[in-house]
Parts: sequence; structure tokens; C-alpha cells
Amino acid sequence: MAGAEVTDIAVVGGGPAGLSAALAARQTGAEVVVVDENSAPGGQLRKQIHKFFGSKEHHAGQRGFRIAEELAAACRDRGVELWTDALAYGIFDHTLGIVRRGTAFTLTARAIVLATGASENALAFPGWTLPGVMGAGAAQTFINLHRVLPGRRVLMVGAGNVGLIVSYQLLQAGAEVLGVVEAAPRIGGYAVHAAKIRRAGVPIWTRHTVLRADGRGQLEEVTIAALDENGRPIPGSERAFAVDMLCLAVGLTPLTELAWQAGCRFEYSALLGGHVPLHSEDMETTVPGLFVAGDVAGVEEASTALEEGRLAGLAAAAYAGHGSPALEKEKAAARERLLALRSGPFGSGRRHAYEEIVRGWLRWSGAR
Amino acid sequence: MRIEEHPILGSLPKAQTVWIEVDGKRIPARAGEPIAAALLAAGIRVFRTTHRRGEPRGLFCGVGRCTDCVMTVDGVPNVRTCVTPVRDGMKIETQRGLGRWPEQK
Repeated sequence: MAGAEVTDIAVVGGGPAGLSAALAARQTGAEVVVVDENSAPGGQLRKQIHKFFGSKEHHAGQRGFRIAEELAAACRDRGVELWTDALAYGIFDHTLGIVRRGTAFTLTARAIVLATGASENALAFPGWTLPGVMGAGAAQTFINLHRVLPGRRVLMVGAGNVGLIVSYQLLQAGAEVLGVVEAAPRIGGYAVHAAKIRRAGVPIWTRHTVLRADGRGQLEEVTIAALDENGRPIPGSERAFAVDMLCLAVGLTPLTELAWQAGCRFEYSALLGGHVPLHSEDMETTVPGLFVAGDVAGVEEASTALEEGRLAGLAAAAYAGHGSPALEKEKAAARERLLALRSGPFGSGRRHAYEEIVRGWLRWSGAR
Repeated sequence: MRIEEHPILGSLPKAQTVWIEVDGKRIPARAGEPIAAALLAAGIRVFRTTHRRGEPRGLFCGVGRCTDCVMTVDGVPNVRTCVTPVRDGMKIETQRGLGRWPEQK
């Protein structure tokens, strides 16, 4: 079959940003299709078993996997088409190339929202490729979603929120967590997450790094060392641990392949995780009718992904001819909530980084 | 190791058991789970060896991005085991290098 499907709005990625975009676009009456390569919608929310913070509209107090279930149920109730096991391999103008269960076809839309998320960063050191060394997110997927512990004795690298939360969830899954290694002088994640693992007796070593991983055929031992003021290992400070699992929680990078292929202009933002497509206040990229939302637009949190998705979904619907004064008001409200999410000691840095991306878009727009 | 009891998620839900064959050895799996989950539950951590140096590789990203966990499944090489569900009677082989397609054997 070489079918050619048509819809109003196509959303690539069924995580928090994508599902939120789909719901927002659908409420305007637009026809919406979500394309997701996984077997179930929800993206990385499906493996989040902790309760979320924030306000009620961002599902505070709810566990991530429940939010995924609710969003997916709302999409089904309201007539959003959810295509799972569907891989969007390419974008050609307003047409997506898709492979689903062995069949290739195209999907053409008036507007497209890319909500492809992010992937985990790796960290290179001798032995990092040994079986037993893995992304913290990979470990989280396997313990919480598949209910399998990939190892019993674990070291974690990275004391950001992912490293802290996954350390706690490894304890909940029955693993022994020997400690968290963090190269920075301070813990990067929220104090509440750090306190939880410290209360469980897990030490967090700041200004420390992994020197090497060793093992015959698979991971058996990890050596760490303290770092001096210049970030160099201090001789004599080495310590070796017998472990069968080493988790890397060293940040995420936006999954931007489709945006690059579409010809979007990018800007590098270390704070947002790498190269980010320039986008307007309405999340429209430099390719007309192509919108971004969630981690692909700069790595932040699930709550911001939900709001960006909402904004992008509404803006995409307007682009596709479903605009209205009420929709403009809703967009403004979503932008207000995003501003609130990007305030405070943790958020203001991200707000400046985000504003830099929008300024880049405005420069491009003005020069056009 | 299977996580039978979990403080948040409760008891492991019942699932149909299917049998897969890994390098000639039969191991049980939960219907619908990815191949990699069944292998890790059975204590198998080395999924392939690299093309040039023959170094071992296993699960790394767990979401189908990095392709470190690929194996030969039912004669087809380079199958991502972290996102490919098990099927009863599936034949899985530790992959050497880039693997071989059936017509190359």
C-alpha cells in the first residue's frame, strides 16, 4: 500500500506536549492525528511514578503515568486519532513519511506540530560501553514500565532531578544504590528529591566524577575520584565500587531530526539542551505552518511541555483556519502560565534562554 | 530480576507466559514485553558484540534510539530488542558484528 492520508493537524509525538497540542487543536473543531512510534501514548510520562509538583492545571499531586492515561483517554473521547506504532521518518513540506506496522504511507496536514521530545546524553569514559552502563531513563523505563531490574548494585552519575528521582525509584524497585556522583559543586535538582534519597542513606558526592568502568564482559567495578577547583581528578582520591549497574543522568538533548530536515533555523542554547529550532511566541518555527512544543523546543519539564503543547495546538489550529477571538484569548492565557512556570530560582534561567530563542525568530522574521 | 512487589505500583500484574529461544536456550517471557526485558529478567546482559573489536554491548537507552541492544531475531539482524515485543516461539541470537541476513548464510 502506498496510501496518502490527509488531515487538518498532524502531531508528531504522543508525550505530554503532543497530547496537549492535540487536545487543544481538537477543541477548535479541527481534525487531528497524533503519530507516535511507541506501542502506547504518553511518552516518558508512562515511566514517571512520582507525584508531580506545581498547580492543579498541571496535574500537581498526580503520578506521571496517570497523567498519561488521562490525556490519552481525553484524546480518544474527543475524537483525536492516536496512531501508535507509527514512526514518522521524514518530513517533506507539509507531508510526513510514516511507517506503521510494516506499511509505508504519507500524511499531509495543513499544520504540523513536532513534539518529538528529547534523548538522554551519554558520558564517555573508559568502559562506558560495557553492558550494565546505561541511561538513567533507560533504567527507569525498565523498572517502572517493564518491571525488571537491570542490576542490583547501582551507582548514579548526575544529581539533577533525573538522577535524584531515578535513584529513589531504584530503591523502590529493590536495588541497592551506593551513591550519586555529581561533577558540579552543587546538587542540580530540587532539594526535596535530594532529601528523599539522603534519608534513605544514599550519599551524594558533589565535585566527583567517574574515572572508569571495568569488568570482564560486563560491568563489575566503577572507579570515581574527587575533582579539584579546575575540574581535574585529585590523585589519591580514587575509590572503587563493586557494582553491576551504572546509570548516567547527564542531561537531555532535543530530538530535532525532523525540524532540521524541514529546514528550520536553529540556535544553540546550552541551557535548553543543545540546538533548538527558532520559534515565535506561538511556537511556530521558521517554516510556516510547522510548530514545535515540549523538549524539542528546549528541554524543560512536563508542566511546560503541557502548556507549550496547548499553545502550539491552538496556534496550529488557527493556521489551519480554525482561529477565533476566543482562541486568541486562550493562547494569551497559556503564555501567561508559561511565564509563571519559568519564574523563580529554577525557572528564570530557562525564561531568558527561551526568550533568546524567540528573539532569534523575531530577527529572522524582521529580516525576511 | 522481576520486580514482583512494588510500593507504588503494587504486585506485578498477571500476564500470559510465552517462551522465546535465546541462542538455543528456552526462556520464559511476559506476553507483550520487549525482548530486552525478558533477557534482563533471565540475567542475560550481553546482547551483541561489536563489528571490529568484538566488544560486548547491552541495553543502553531503552527507548529505541541508540541501537546498542540490537540482536538477530527470527533470522533478521539489527532488531532493537528494547522496543520489539516478544512473540511465542521467537528465535533470538546474540549478534556478532553487523549480523547476517538469511540469504548471506
